[in-house]
Amino acid sequence: MGIKKKDILLACFLLFAACLLFFVLRPVKSGTGGWVRITVDGKLYGTYPLSGKEKIRIGQDSGYNMVYIEDGAAWISEADCPDGYCIRQGKITGKGQVIVCLPHRLVLEVTGEESGDGKKEDLDAVVH
Amino acid sequence: MAKRIATCAALVALAMIFSYVEAILPVHFGVPGVKLGLANLVVVSGLYLLRPGDVFLISLSRILLSALLFGSGLSLLYSLAGGILSYLVMLLLKRRRGFSAVGLSIAGGVAHNIGQIAAAAWAAGSTAVFYYLPVLVVAGVFTGMLMGLLAIRVLRVLAGKNI
Repeated sequence: MGIKKKDILLACFLLFAACLLFFVLRPVKSGTGGWVRITVDGKLYGTYPLSGKEKIRIGQDSGYNMVYIEDGAAWISEADCPDGYCIRQGKITGKGQVIVCLPHRLVLEVTGEESGDGKKEDLDAVVH
Repeated sequence: MAKRIATCAALVALAMIFSYVEAILPVHFGVPGVKLGLANLVVVSGLYLLRPGDVFLISLSRILLSALLFGSGLSLLYSLAGGILSYLVMLLLKRRRGFSAVGLSIAGGVAHNIGQIAAAAWAAGSTAVFYYLPVLVVAGVFTGMLMGLLAIRVLRVLAGKNI
């Protein structure tokens, strides 16, 4: 037995589907997400402006993550999760980008709006 | 029967070694969940050599034992979701004409990653993890292809031998 035509077709189809998905799910680069929404275990932990400078320690029973926000980027600098993937995922800046720490069920997501419910999405700026 | 059990046990052990090698390999692709899927080599080859039910049990045992030995609690959940989905997809494809072990392995690799990310989304309580889906699909295609090519070589060596 060797590779068959259908194998190659399948591979091409999947790669094509991945490309499509990529463009569908792609963070909108032009719309610089102004906020980082942090959810823990599916619940909103807090929303922070990317323009600010913030050092947030998110401690739970399962462990902790240190979230940094500076110069329009957010990242996790330190965590005691077993895999450390959340740190390796680096900095997020653009709308739609995410950092996930699965062991701690923590998700950081850059959003265009503060509340995360989409109501302020179309506004250019929000003045408080 | 005894021989069948012995073969299955040996293959579980082999798959576990593959899992272990992968766990200690200092290869990281920057995206969580992307790995070579060496253990899938056993499952793909097994589908051509053994009864489907036996292959399923081998895969399940491998996942449970490796999670106990090298993983954390949650990693079991992802592996199970990925492993079961991947097995089902490969079994379905095996019954269709026109696909070789490479096609099976590609479909299995992608299915594994999709199952894993779905479990992760469920665990994290957020669909944001689907952001990684395109990367994981592409990774699944390439690692699956690699493992499929290896499986073909393995099957060639084993052809005609009584397993």
